Amino acid sequence: MRITQGTFSYLPDLTDEQIRAQIQYCIERDWAVSIEFTDDPHPRNAFWDMWAMPMFDLKDAAGIMGEVQACRRAKPNTYIKVNGYDRRYTRQTVALSFLVQRPKVEPGFRLDRQESNDRVVRYTLHSYATDRPAGERYGDVE
Amino acid sequence: MTSSNQLDIVPSNPSDPSHGVGSVGVDLTAAYRDSNIDSLLDELDRELVGLAPVKMRIREIAALLLVARLREAKGLTTERPTLHMSFTGRPGTGKTTVALRIAKILHQLGYIRKGHLVVATRDDLVGQYVGHTAPKTKEVLKRAMGGVLFIDEAYYLYRPENERDYGPEAIEMLLQIMETQRDDLVVVLAGYQERMETFFHSNPGFHSRIAHHLDFPDYQLDELMAIGDLMLGQQQYALDADARRVFAQYLERRMHQPHFANARSVRNAIDRAKLRQANRLVRQGGTVARDELARIDAEDIRQSRVFAEEESAGRRVGGSRSDSNGHAPERDVAKGPPGTVDPPARRPADPPRSR
Repeated sequence: MRITQGTFSYLPDLTDEQIRAQIQYCIERDWAVSIEFTDDPHPRNAFWDMWAMPMFDLKDAAGIMGEVQACRRAKPNTYIKVNGYDRRYTRQTVALSFLVQRPKVEPGFRLDRQESNDRVVRYTLHSYATDRPAGERYGDVE
Repeated sequence: MTSSNQLDIVPSNPSDPSHGVGSVGVDLTAAYRDSNIDSLLDELDRELVGLAPVKMRIREIAALLLVARLREAKGLTTERPTLHMSFTGRPGTGKTTVALRIAKILHQLGYIRKGHLVVATRDDLVGQYVGHTAPKTKEVLKRAMGGVLFIDEAYYLYRPENERDYGPEAIEMLLQIMETQRDDLVVVLAGYQERMETFFHSNPGFHSRIAHHLDFPDYQLDELMAIGDLMLGQQQYALDADARRVFAQYLERRMHQPHFANARSVRNAIDRAKLRQANRLVRQGGTVARDELARIDAEDIRQSRVFAEEESAGRRVGGSRSDSNGHAPERDVAKGPPGTVDPPARRPADPPRSR
């Protein structure tokens, strides 16, 4: 199941050229760009791992693209996203966030129903990937 | 100068038969005009005095890039030219200024994407402990991407006397980036000629990766005067006729003293003259006319220590002072803005200048 998370997620995966253009857009708006990766793609997982420092004093996307490539090399089978953080007072939020890599196979989610009191049903999204321990979820061994 | 040099780039015969004939010929004149490079080069001529060999080389590079672009448009294979440079010259000969201009020109010609200049010295690149150097160098390189990385006094990266120095690590990263990411940044190394040569000698990788070695000659007296005029004009000051004469005398004496830093010394001399002029005006009191505020007179310059010292030394000044025992006649002379500092202590022992 193809996970749709962040901006552009209903489009086909962005090419490197498109990614570079998006990063350049962030830089031109003076947003701090950071790279994060995870192997736990649950939509409520807000704690992705950071790759390198957030980059806020660059003029050109080349430096950040270099980091994206380095992250891809080091974490070939994880989700990687690029965030653009707008630090302006009154906004102070991630203004753009999009995936730049996804694992080859995405097993998707299972819906768990929990019978509760008074015929109440609680729903849980369970990621098949997280059945395995972190680091082995997407068959990291090449 | 401009018009004659243009001929090197623009075909002299506009009615050339191949002129603008679609797939057959390329309109070089139009391409040159469209690139808007002329205005930048003219600005270079206007605002930088002297430096004829440097300007010539910049024109050549501009022409090369223009032709490369046209070749590309016509489907001819074009190897992306290497533009890493080394600037050698004594302090104050305009290395940083030219680097700034080159960044702009390369941007205009589409060679680099942004056209900013990042100035770095050893301290910005080399770390203090194991594992500190790589991230530091990488940070600077990332910041410089899309523009020009200017490494001032590059020879300090390599310190042969300390084998545990982290400099070589930074050099290795630089070399790698200079080779693999030529599209992303242009590296300019700057410093004194002799020490740069030693540096290149011990790091042959650098020498071969740098295509352009530009030597910045020292300024002559008339060029220094022109620089002074330019600086004063920008700050809306003016020398009167008498002051001009004294200023020329001042520069002539200053040139033969130790720690002379070319244009930077001129700027400092002007700054001090402005100081004395302000002091004179305040002491004088009363109402001051507008042109009085802009005028620097001979006395403002004659009060300089360069003249005072000469009197006290009983007029012993000849062409050269060989007793350059590190005693600077005006101590603040060698100081420039950050990034361009040439501390007297780090200067190589220059032979006394005889001119």
